[in-house]
Amino acid sequence: MTTGVGITVTGQATGLFPALSLPLRAGAWTCLLGPSGVGKTTLLRLIADLPAHVDFSGDITAEDDQPLPGRIAYMAQSALLLPWASVLDNVTLGAKLRGNRADRDRALNLLSRVGLADHAHKKPAALSGGQRQRVALVRTLMEDRPVVLLDEPFSALDAKTRAEMQELAMELLQGRTVLLVTHDPSEAARVGHAIHVLSETGLESVAPPNAPAPRAVDDPETLTATGALYSKLRGAA
Amino acid sequence: MTRLRNGFAAALLLLAIWQGLIWVLSPPKFILPSPALVAETMWKSRALIGEHALITIYEVGLGLFFGTLFGIVTAIQLATSPAARTLLRPILAFSQAIPVFALAPILTLWLGYGMLSKVVMAVLIIYFPVTSAFFDGLMRTPAGYLDLARTMGATNRRILWHIRIPAAVPSLGSGLKLAAVYAPIGAVIGEWVGASKGLGYLMLLANGRAKTDLMFAAVLVLGALSMALYIAVDAGVTRYLKRRES
Repeated sequence: MTTGVGITVTGQATGLFPALSLPLRAGAWTCLLGPSGVGKTTLLRLIADLPAHVDFSGDITAEDDQPLPGRIAYMAQSALLLPWASVLDNVTLGAKLRGNRADRDRALNLLSRVGLADHAHKKPAALSGGQRQRVALVRTLMEDRPVVLLDEPFSALDAKTRAEMQELAMELLQGRTVLLVTHDPSEAARVGHAIHVLSETGLESVAPPNAPAPRAVDDPETLTATGALYSKLRGAA
Repeated sequence: MTRLRNGFAAALLLLAIWQGLIWVLSPPKFILPSPALVAETMWKSRALIGEHALITIYEVGLGLFFGTLFGIVTAIQLATSPAARTLLRPILAFSQAIPVFALAPILTLWLGYGMLSKVVMAVLIIYFPVTSAFFDGLMRTPAGYLDLARTMGATNRRILWHIRIPAAVPSLGSGLKLAAVYAPIGAVIGEWVGASKGLGYLMLLANGRAKTDLMFAAVLVLGALSMALYIAVDAGVTRYLKRRES
């Protein structure tokens, strides 16, 4: 099992967010919450070494001092499945893009773990939105990276599917360092081992509920935390 | 099916107008032959028309094949190399400013009266639409795919092969549909300027001998062939794109 590595982001982006320090604890889920346009996704893209079109000065370092590129997997709000490729070809895309042999057995095994064994040879158009995100999750797992960056991957799903996806992702990504960017306070309250709210004034850390994640949606403690996050967001906006 | 029925209705309407003109104006048959006479000539001269049609079909087919091939290669070159873009794009734009018609006499001078000059003509006329459609597609790869590929550690070449080219196939399909419309035009222009075979040549020949009925027959056959080509390419592209994603 791949274990996560801790990461610290320190720095500022001119015109977007002031000086901040965001720790991603090894093996834990860190939720980055905030209104649209404050730079959550930008922060994630900076960690992923993707073009962020922003003037960032600062450092992104891993606690083992090894370089980050090649140790990160990425999952976005859109499943980003290639419509012309089968589910199996989509989840083994990374190997193909690196010129490696695709581990089809592992792919099929993971697909059956998310309940999509029968869909391996279908095209994405034949799947529902929730199924597509499960395929994207398997593709992320196939990368087998210690750090996983999730950019609102569940926000386009209906409430029931979203809750199921949160649980499935927490189960399958166990042990890895996860950054979840979200605008949904109840999602952060459910899955966050650490929760940070980003606003124009900076980053604010909020204590997560005590219960182990994923927490029940209707647990009083989760609900209280959700409420507190809501007020924070409204204050921040 | 509705399209077929509409097409049939439109053809009937045109035929009716044509016949109406004949009744009202009763022009001499070397000015405007009646539909019945043209149909009769078409049937009587079917061997002659068929022989020339075959040549034109051959030219159009070769032109389509090579024009598409060159267009695909050029688009990939342009999409992958900024140097090629700065150098080739102005040349391409300039070449389009010259009407391809104007080149026909030069091509005939250089390449002779045979098939080659017509094929080159067809290639030239479809090269630009195919190149530009496919190039646009290659430059419009959804950003999310590229982000994903980058985090996966992909090389540019593999991104091109596994993501950008397949993602641009629908654009190439639009280019092909345009090419199917243009290719017959190119071949026939080539035949007009100088040829001893082909439907374009047959039209000129019939016109010169005041065999207007034969000229009409050749025009109608050319029109039907061009239409069939477009319908076939359109259906093929649509079907392929649909099957690819299901």
